[in-house]
Order: sequence, then C-alpha cells, then structure tokens
Amino acid sequence: MSTHAALTVPTIGELSIPTGLFINNEFRASSSGQTVPTINPANGETLLEVSHASQEDVDEAVRAARKAFETAWGNNVQASERGALLNKLADLMERDAEKLAALESLDSGKGIRIVREIDLPDSVACLRYYAGLADKFFGQTIPHFGKDKFVYTIHQPIGVCGQIIPWNYPLLMWAWKVAPALAAGCCIVMKPSELTPLSALYMCQLVKEAGIPAGVFNTVPGLGATTGDAISRHMDIDKVAFTGSVMTGRRISIAAAESNLKKVTLELGGKSPSLIFESANIEEAADWSALGIWFNSGQDCTAGSRIYVHESIYETFIAALKKKAEACAIGQAGLFVCSSDYDETTSFGPLISEAQRDKVLGYISSGVDEGARLVAGGKKWSKSGNGYWVEPTIIADVKPHFKVVQEEIFGPVVVISKFSTESEALTLANSSTFGLAAAVHTNDARQAMRVTAALDAGTVWCNQYGMLHPGVPFGGFKMSGVGRELGTYGLEAYTQVKAVHQNLAMDMQWPI
Amino acid sequence: MAPSYTHNFNHAGFKGKVEIPTGLFINNEWSTSKDSNAKTIDVVNPSTGESITAIPEGLPADVEVAIDAAHKAFNTTWGTNCPGFERGKYLIKIAELMERDLDILASIEALDNGKTYAVAKSFDVTESAAVFRYYGGWADKIHGKVIEQSAQKLAYTRHEPVGVCGQIIPWNFPLYMFSWKIAPALATGCCVVIKPSELTPLTALYMTKLFKEAGVPAGVVNVIVGYGPTVGNALATNPRVDKVAFTGSTPVGRKVMEAASKSNLKKVTLELGGKGANIIFDDADLNEAVKYAAQGIFFNHGQTCCAGSRLFVQRGIYDKFAEKFAHVAAQIKVGDPFDANTYQGPQVSQTQYDRIMNYVECGKQEGAKVLTGGNRHGKQGYFIEPTVFGDVTNNMKIVREEIFGPVIVMSAFDTEDEVIASANDTNYGLASGIFTSDLSRAHRVASHLKAGTVWVNCYNELHPQIPFGGFKESGIGRELGEYALENYMEVKAVQINLGKKCAIPVDL
Repeated sequence: MSTHAALTVPTIGELSIPTGLFINNEFRASSSGQTVPTINPANGETLLEVSHASQEDVDEAVRAARKAFETAWGNNVQASERGALLNKLADLMERDAEKLAALESLDSGKGIRIVREIDLPDSVACLRYYAGLADKFFGQTIPHFGKDKFVYTIHQPIGVCGQIIPWNYPLLMWAWKVAPALAAGCCIVMKPSELTPLSALYMCQLVKEAGIPAGVFNTVPGLGATTGDAISRHMDIDKVAFTGSVMTGRRISIAAAESNLKKVTLELGGKSPSLIFESANIEEAADWSALGIWFNSGQDCTAGSRIYVHESIYETFIAALKKKAEACAIGQAGLFVCSSDYDETTSFGPLISEAQRDKVLGYISSGVDEGARLVAGGKKWSKSGNGYWVEPTIIADVKPHFKVVQEEIFGPVVVISKFSTESEALTLANSSTFGLAAAVHTNDARQAMRVTAALDAGTVWCNQYGMLHPGVPFGGFKMSGVGRELGTYGLEAYTQVKAVHQNLAMDMQWPI
Repeated sequence: MAPSYTHNFNHAGFKGKVEIPTGLFINNEWSTSKDSNAKTIDVVNPSTGESITAIPEGLPADVEVAIDAAHKAFNTTWGTNCPGFERGKYLIKIAELMERDLDILASIEALDNGKTYAVAKSFDVTESAAVFRYYGGWADKIHGKVIEQSAQKLAYTRHEPVGVCGQIIPWNFPLYMFSWKIAPALATGCCVVIKPSELTPLTALYMTKLFKEAGVPAGVVNVIVGYGPTVGNALATNPRVDKVAFTGSTPVGRKVMEAASKSNLKKVTLELGGKGANIIFDDADLNEAVKYAAQGIFFNHGQTCCAGSRLFVQRGIYDKFAEKFAHVAAQIKVGDPFDANTYQGPQVSQTQYDRIMNYVECGKQEGAKVLTGGNRHGKQGYFIEPTVFGDVTNNMKIVREEIFGPVIVMSAFDTEDEVIASANDTNYGLASGIFTSDLSRAHRVASHLKAGTVWVNCYNELHPQIPFGGFKESGIGRELGEYALENYMEVKAVQINLGKKCAIPVDL
C-alpha cells in the first residue's frame, strides 16, 4: 500500500499528500492495511483514505520515541538546539503557507482567508514562542541548608508523550501540542483527528526537513476508540495530552489510571458565558459576541455560547446580535463544482461532519420544544448542497435547566436570557459544570475587576472575546479540563521536577 | 556618499571583498561627525602594527544627535510601541544574518583584534549570534508579577524598558561584547547608543549593515566610534541617557560611575577587571587541570576579564604540575591569526604590549621565577610568548594587579582554608576555577569563593543562558541569562483600589 496519494487542492493544483503513518522520520502504511476516509465537509465527498494505525503500529511508534528520547533528544541535546529546530520548523511552515492553508481549508471547511490570516500565523507564532522558551525554564537552588547540604531542582522532560488532537483547529492544535513538548525535550506519538488528518500529515514532512531527529516526532492517524485508546493505555507512554470532548477526556483519564498512571492533561469542552452589563457598548459587545459564537461556525471549545444581558438592554442587544447573524459571511470553503477557486470572502464554513450537523439541529429543536424563542437561523443553510452548513442561530428567553443551556452544542447556536443584578448574572454564568472561558462587557471599571475575579473560568475576557496568544496560558476550571497550555505554564505539562539533595556535611548515626 | 572601507580577504577560511561602512551610524544612516573638529581614527592591524584604514571620529555633538534619535524611536517605533514578539523576531533575524555572514565577521574580527580566525569563527561570532537568538526568545516573556488579589486590591508589577541606554564596550571581544549589550537591551524595548572600542570598531560597524538589513527601525541602535574621554564621557554624563552599561577596566569603570552619579544618577552596570584564581587540588585529574589552566590564561591571549591568571596548586602535585604546565605553555603556537595552526595571536595594541612586558619585567625584579616565556615573540606586531611565573607571593605586583596578557603566576598551597583565603585576597571577584574529584569539596569551596563565576573542572565557559558578573571591584550587575534583563528594566508597581474608602478622619 502506498504512503502518499495525489490530491487536487484548489488554487494549488495536484499535491502528493502523505497518507501513511510517520514513524522514525519515515512514512509507511499501517500494519493492518486498514484505512479511514477523510471527508470534504463542503460537499460530503471523500478526499483521501488515510492509514489507520493498529496497536502494533502504536507500539512501534512508542519504541521509536523512547529510543530517540534516550539517545537523540531529551537531555542529549541542548535546549537552545531544540529551540533552533522549532524555529526552523516555523520557517518551513511560513515557506509552505499557501499549500498548508489550502489543504487545511479543504479538509476542515474553514474559509481560506481565515486559515491564511489566523490559523496559520497563530500556529507559526506558537512554534516561535516555545522555540524561544526552550532554554529558559529554570529550576531553583534552595539555599536554606548552609554548609550541610546543597539542594536544587532540575526540570526534566517527562519522556514519551501521547498527544490526541481534535478536528476544529487541526493545525493550530497541532502547534499547541508539539511546540511545548519538543521545547521541553519530550518525544511525541501523536494521533490527529480522523476527521482532519491532512495538515498534520503534511507537517510530518516539514518535521523531517527541519532536521528534527528520527523518532522524536511520530504520527499515528486513526480512530479514537482504537488508536487513541492504544495511546492512553500504553505502558511505555509517560504522559498523554488530549483536547476534545468531556466524554472522551474521561475515557482517556480512566485508561491512563488503569494502565500506568501516566500524567494526563485535558482540554475539554465549554459552555462559556458572556455577561453584558448596562454600561456596555452594545454594538461592540454584539461584534465580539458574534465572533465568540460564529467564528469557526461555533466549533470552538471557548465558544461564547451563552449570553446573559441586563434586562434594560435585552431586546436592544438581541436586535444588534441578530444583525450580526445576518451579516455572517457564509460561503463555500472547499471545491466549487465548476470552479477550482476558493471563496475568499467566507469566514463561516460548514460543520465538520453530517453527524455534527445533525446533532446541532437536534439541539436547536430541543430548545424550541422547551419553549425558547428562535430569533435567527435555526436550520440548514439553504445553499448547503451536500455540505454540512447550519445557519447562525440565536435562541432567546432560555431558562437555566434547558438542554441548550446546560450542554455544549459545538455549533453556531447561542442562547440568550436576561438578568437584573450583578449577583444574579454571576450565578447564572457560574451554574455550569464547565469553566473554560467567560466574558464581561462593561464600562464600569470596578465592576470589571469584581466580575472577572468572580467568574469560574480559566480565561476571562473583558470587553472582548476569543483572543488567544501563545504567551498567555489557557485551560479550564471544573470539567473543562486539567492543566494549562500556552505561556510559560505550558511547559509544566511536559516537565517533571526532580529535587537533588547533595550531602556536604550532614552526619547520621544509626540507630536513631 | 557614506564613508566605507573595503577589505579584500584572501585566506583559507574566506576569500572575497567585504565592504564595511565606517561612518557614525545614527537613525539608520551613516555619516561623518557634525563637529568640524572631528578627526579620523586609525584602525591598526595588531599582527603587523600597520594601519588598516582610518575611520571618522565621533564626538559629543554626535552623541546628542544619536540620543535624540534613540528617544524618538523609543517613543514611537520601539519601547512599548513594538510588541515583544516583534522585537524578538528582529533579534532572531539579526542572529540569522550573523550566521549567514559567519566567515566574513570572523575574518574582520581576526584582522582587527588579532584573535585567530578559527576561534573568532567557532567562538566569538557563533556565540554572539547565539546571544542574539537567546534574547530574541526572551522579548515576549518579560513578565511582571501579580502580587495580591483580594476584594480590596489588585496589585501587579510591570517590567518596563528603562529607555535610552548608553553602552561602552571593550576591545578584547569586540563582537561578543557588542551582542551582550545590545541583545538584552533591545529585547526589553530599550534603544541604545553604543560606543565600540576605538581600537577594534570594525565588526560593530559591519553589524550596522545587518541591523539595517534586518529592518530594525531607525534610531533603535546607534553606533558611534570615538574615544572614552569624549564619546564615552558624553554617554555617562548626558542627562537624557537613562542608563549606562560599561565593560572595561576598573579605573575607567569608576569614572563612568562617578559621571553617572554627578549627572542624573542614571542606572549603572559595570563589568570590570579580574584576577581569577584557578585552584588545583591534589585529587584533580592532573592532565585535564593542566590543559584547562593553560586555556584559562592563554585563551584570547590573556585578554580576558575572567582569565585564570593566578594558579594555586596543592603542594603534593606542585612539582609535577609545574613541569607539565611549562611543557604545555611552550607548545602554544603563537603567530598569524589566519594560520590554522595558531592558538595565540598578537596583543591588541602597542600600549597593551608595553604594559604587559612592563609587568613581566616587574615580576622578574620582584624575584618571581620565569618557568617559561617572558619575551617578545617575533619582530613585527605585538606578540608575546606565553609566560609562567613560579614561586610568587601574594604581595607581588604581578599577583595583585591585572596584567591582561598571556602571563600567569603560580604558587603552592597546603590546605583548603589557606587557598580560599589566598584566592579571596584581592579586590577583584569576577571568576575562579576549582579542579578536584571530590564533589563535596567542589560545592564547599565554590560556596566560599568571592567570585561571580566558579568553574568546576573547567574554565572560560560562557553560555548565553548563564549569568556572568563580578563581586567586589569586578563589577555591578550581571550580564547574560535572564538576569541581564534586569539591567534594562524598571519595575513599576500598580496598585488598584477595588473598594476601600479613605480613612482620613474628616467629614464630607
């Protein structure tokens, strides 16, 4: 079976895309010969068949990673060298920006302009951030012991790390995982999402070209229940990092505990609330809220999917938000039937799959059934064809116990209701098992300080939404996750602290 | 037409013409001085004593213009107007350009300073690029702290760039010292006016081309070659310079600090001289200790502030060590910097040569024993034989004063306590070395040495990540590592009242 396949990518032409596993800097087919198709969500057609890694394949990847960790990576290479290689990888991403953007747009349904202007540069910036941090993560010398002892800590790389990434930001989530792990000196066995594996497989070529030693980075595409489970349960993987749903995160955590108690970090779902207070600038709040729920068609763990508005501006805000819904630049991200161009205007693509699309429609129905008011959208986009678009949707007058309020929809559906006091707003906002992000819109400075401190979320935006940066940590309170990514905090997940006690002059007589 | 000098290199490592802009570099333009009294400065090749070229002299009037440009850039295109990750990208780009022009920069450095091309390439230029790369990674990671969070108050610190920094650098590692100063300053958002040594300006001048090519905004880096009493003094005294950083001799460092105090109390960091104690215990790996001891003094022809210039050898191995050491010193190849076999090139100038030979005479007269060397090498240029003095005592001039040449003094010691006292018996405190196979002793002695760097079983190892600086009269502040950033930052604490009412007992 071949390890690459030809794919016609709009605006680029025919590319040879890797479809095999990437182990020890080489591509090969899976040992079982099985494959999983990846679909173009703009028209429902299969793009390519990608290898489905078996247990044996995962075992081999882990062996390669372990060997590299013991010989060519980890403490065998200077941290500044790891940083230089990450910078080189970033350079190569920039060189191939056009190809990567087109491939990502085709596989994920994102607008080409959005990938080119946001996903790709943000991914590059993440690599560069950790490239610069690699040799700056210090231990401590702990000087309390005088002449008796010399005590210090060292931050050592954890070892071989399994990484399982989602389909909503394939390239960006790849960068968020790979950059800190490699900077810290870990070796990786990665499973990209079976829904969007293509940019991850393309990146394997760049990893090799950058000069990253064989075995340091390995990719085993496949399904969660098989390949993902093999990673979570592997007795020689020291740590697993996962981004995805709460349900799968729980399974991974259980598998980690049942196997070798490997370290686990999870970045899971959210149902992030925005609070719009009386002093807020309504147009600005509506603009940011639109970004919050309709960027990436709502397929974002931080989606601002609940909005609570002060009663005095409730209807005004809803009207403003409705206009934003109508203004969404919905379009066709992928291959037109009779054209080979991308739609440069679109920033609102299809949902990733038929299953997701149906799930979202199901939630919308439940909201309406439970008595909410449908203000905008609510159904498939009329020009979907065989693609998976759902219209930007606003559901108002919801009550806290509604399914559409409690559960993560992961689509372009926002629920809105009103509050009268700040304390009520906070109670509504924090009544969730999630705690990934939140926002407050207000021009009252003290209120901003009070409310941001009181919101149970790992990221709180004040008078904006959705902005993330490689230097700022990100992660969830409560069931939205364990651990932090990005910033200097992001290195902690990939290092373990060793305390070293050097006895200089302490005597000990036995028996004590 | 901006003044420039073109040199035709023709040696095994590099063949080609290199154009070096030689004008004052202010606001991304090269020019001659605006002061009509300005003359030219002769740049001499220390291997031959002959002039390479004459370059325009900078004067205090030019420093004023540069400070204007630096302030303008700080308030518009740099400082907090340029996000950290952008500043970082410029620094990384500079590193990449230096790596591209590795052979060119190494050739210029060997020509101008006299260090060997081989070491200029493998150490000076390579490490200078590494320093730019290192600080490129810091630029967007200059974090303050959030200190208190309660219902009453939010308190946090901002680490803000100091502003316009004057930097005065020496001739012993021209490009390397240039990188130590500029990289952390730019990373934090400061703008600089830097005075390279008038003895060795050429690599700094070449760098101005790379800064421009990298797209660094005008006014962020300004380079003025001139003399200490004019340009250096102008930087140290100018009330619009927020901070001055100096590397050089202790006497001049004193002057810089006085000038800073008398003017606007600008922040001062100093990296001054040293008289490094290198201590060899009798359980040391003898051959390794001998080699490191030689490297410790003969590297860079002894023109190193951290040189291991006082050798203390435990009595049990003294004679054996002395014999091996003299043998090794005699093997050091002195000669043409562009000859691949050369280890030690010339001293940088006639003045330095005279000073060093004067110390050698002094040593002979004070009764120290010359174990090897002690003479000029060759007839042209400023070459001195690697020189070892034995049987020295702590009060000799050659033991107390910094010679800054390939001259080492050696004595025997008996106990650990005795050698620690001897090692610390100096006003300097820059670097030191310990050779032993007893780890507890290494930690113990390291804890007692009054020196900013203690090398254990090695010597003269510098890395961008590890801080470097002096105790006592060897300096103030630390360079390299995260610590260097502090030199270019002001800490501002912001305390925000969230709800407390003022307690003053009045009625309103």
